[in-house]
Amino acid sequence: MTPSGTLPTESTDLMTATQPSSTAAPEGPRTPSGARPGPIEAVPVRHPGRWIAAVLVLVLGIGAIASILQNPNLDLPTVAEYLFKPLTIDGVLITIWLTVASMIMGVFGGIVVAVMRLSANPVLSVAAMLFIWVFRGTPLLLQLIFWGFIGAFIPKIVIGIPFTSVEFWSFTTSDLIPATVAALLALGLNEMAYAAEIVRAGIQSVDHGQSEAAHSLGMSPAKTLRRVVLPQAMRVIIPPMGNETITMLKSTSLVAIVAGDDLMSNIREAYTQNYKIIPLLIVAAIWYLALTSILSIPQMWLERRYGRGFTGARPTIGSRVATITQGIALPTRPSRASKKGAES
Amino acid sequence: MTATIPQVAPAASVADRPMVEAVEVHKRFGNLEVLKGITMSVERGQVVCLLGPSGSGKSTFLRCINHLEQIDAGMIRVAGETVGYREKNGRLHELREREVAAQRRKVGMVFQRFNLFPHMTALENVIEAPTQVAGRSKADAKAQARRLLAQVGLADKADTYPAQLSGGQQQRVAIARALAMEPEVMLFDEPTSALDPELVGDVLDVMRGLAESGMTMIVVTHEIGFAREVGDVAVFMDGGVVVEAGDPTQVLVDPREERTRAFLSKVL
Repeated sequence: MTPSGTLPTESTDLMTATQPSSTAAPEGPRTPSGARPGPIEAVPVRHPGRWIAAVLVLVLGIGAIASILQNPNLDLPTVAEYLFKPLTIDGVLITIWLTVASMIMGVFGGIVVAVMRLSANPVLSVAAMLFIWVFRGTPLLLQLIFWGFIGAFIPKIVIGIPFTSVEFWSFTTSDLIPATVAALLALGLNEMAYAAEIVRAGIQSVDHGQSEAAHSLGMSPAKTLRRVVLPQAMRVIIPPMGNETITMLKSTSLVAIVAGDDLMSNIREAYTQNYKIIPLLIVAAIWYLALTSILSIPQMWLERRYGRGFTGARPTIGSRVATITQGIALPTRPSRASKKGAES
Repeated sequence: MTATIPQVAPAASVADRPMVEAVEVHKRFGNLEVLKGITMSVERGQVVCLLGPSGSGKSTFLRCINHLEQIDAGMIRVAGETVGYREKNGRLHELREREVAAQRRKVGMVFQRFNLFPHMTALENVIEAPTQVAGRSKADAKAQARRLLAQVGLADKADTYPAQLSGGQQQRVAIARALAMEPEVMLFDEPTSALDPELVGDVLDVMRGLAESGMTMIVVTHEIGFAREVGDVAVFMDGGVVVEAGDPTQVLVDPREERTRAFLSKVL
């Protein structure tokens, strides 16, 4: 850096961008002569490595895409044919339904389990711990098959007095738990265990002074949780919950093992008959990608909603629209690769 | 709980009683006894300043008055009611959390770290307890909140979130929030200790105004000047006991006890 005031004062855009703006500090340090030094003009560092890497990736990428497009087995007409077939659309709707229903079950159940886990009552706390231990510690696929075959394990569900012959009510299990309910139970209970830990972390992230302030105002513990602690915990809860939702959307494909009616099940059924495996998998991939992309929009909105008071400025309609359009332009959020299977 | 609960005229015996009465209060955290028998009585309308080195138990004592800490021995009464317990047939019964919450409505508390709810605007912070706890209408609570915010000099900050307010402004919102429940006594736990020096004055001015309006106040503070000017009684605590208590000018200018003298020489 040279303090000389005699350097040329013209600067390129690049230069002004890489150094602090001279107009930002009108009372900045002066040279001994009293004249303000001109903006620095220096030769920027060259990055030949970046250029080589970029060219390499472009060549490989174009090559890969070209070879895929020229592959006769790609069969784009079949992809186009199946993309909006009733079979596909019905599967997509079931997939959405399963995702939404099991996430609702997971989130609300998870809040209950998290509050139990943090309860002063040791029985509740240990029960919650055991629940999380079992449902987080076994593979989702195992749980799905288990609930699918629950009828073989418990043929009849009886409500009565244990160890006596008194029965108030009895059901045949397979009537009570058809395949879709079994799938929902498996996905929902598994999600509850994960959501409980996320919610617990969120609750514990809120400063204890917040509860004390609420208590000192005469708020009951339940009201303190609902009005003061949970709204602040949401800020911490939502990003991982967004991940959970995307993982859940993809996990519904496991239902295909116990023959559900979701997207993956229907696609699998179709390709076992016509053997057009790759084109049909591309159809499914397009739908899963589209759905996970759309999911990032409500997440952004929720993050804004619960970021109030933390992000500084109050969110305006304009900034929300900007965020949402930004969300559309973004590729899908990277999510943990099959986390549930990996943790077993 | 609704706002229509009739304001029962206090019986003569209650009205004559001190606003806050502490008898031989003991409190320990594990093996550490923080309060070793505090006896104190605060009359209605009095301003009592608690001073002392950190670790002397003054903040803990303040929190006991609000039942944020449970005492191990002794007794605290606020407006004639035993804090945290009900006396029945000569035995003490612990109060349910809901009953404790109801008791706390009589006591306002201001914290060192403000503890404003960051997800609510200043106005929402102030109306939260009146609408959610006292069951007042939103319009009613908002009108009162605007009055209180004007009283603490923040009429124009009603729609601002705490993160956008300075520490002094946050603390004044916190005072307004506590006042919104119309408490009979206000507790201040080092209200200016977390503030930049130039912001302390605004908060102290608000507290001075409150004291002049006749509010009963117990203030844990290191502001000797405030204690001398505004306080009716100064209490010097050290090691979990009251070392000396009395007229602020006497306690803070010409203390009788050597420990008080040593503390003041370090602070002033």
